[in-house]
Amino acid sequence: MSIKLKPKARKGVIGIKALVKHPMETGLRKKKGKLVAANHIVHMVVSHNGTVVVDADIGSTISKNPYFKFDVAGAKGDTIELKYKDNKGKTGSQTAKSK
Amino acid sequence: MQRRLFLKSAIAGSAVATAVGAGLLTPSMVFANTADFKAKSDAATASIAAAGKGSFKFKAPKIAENGAVVPVTVDASKMEGVTNISISVTKNGTPLAASFNISGAQGYVSTRIKMGTTSPVVALVTAGGATTQVSQEVKVTIGGCGG
Repeated sequence: MSIKLKPKARKGVIGIKALVKHPMETGLRKKKGKLVAANHIVHMVVSHNGTVVVDADIGSTISKNPYFKFDVAGAKGDTIELKYKDNKGKTGSQTAKSK
Repeated sequence: MQRRLFLKSAIAGSAVATAVGAGLLTPSMVFANTADFKAKSDAATASIAAAGKGSFKFKAPKIAENGAVVPVTVDASKMEGVTNISISVTKNGTPLAASFNISGAQGYVSTRIKMGTTSPVVALVTAGGATTQVSQEVKVTIGGCGG
């Protein structure tokens, strides 16, 4: 699963835009009469220079290929990291330097 | 013999389907979010009733053509000491969409949520121990017309 992470610093604030590729199946949708197994992100952590700034519990109510935006005080060149874990135990992470 | 077995299993299968149809086994019970998340969702629903009106901005469309992708923005960056932002869709099976525990970041979250039907969407912001809410009704039109 790929993650697009674009932190951009402006006036002392880093706007973090993240787009995670994930099917986000609720486990309620049917395909050809059969339920599609639940497969969604349950936990996500965003860190700024190694310290956790956002720790999110996510349900299946978030749309497919979820998009998030957060604001963190910081400057250009700071390291932003996003990690997630889904209900199947799969994890993904991405690190980016702020522009 | 084999055919008999097949019939039997078919009947057993349909019995389950009937149970689901009759609402004995609601799908959300069978294929729910994790129990932990469910508990959080219930807690959030309970706190909505107790929460006062918030002074933060909550942006959501009045009419969403596609319930699968509804963009919402919670902007509480003017509030001090925001620790949690939650988004809840009242009429969804599991109302809580997401709960963001904020430590260090500003009180701003933007994301996209799924909605089953027309429902109020509630944003909960906890700052300095007090929880406040702002809600907005989002109309979901299915099929592009009516609503």
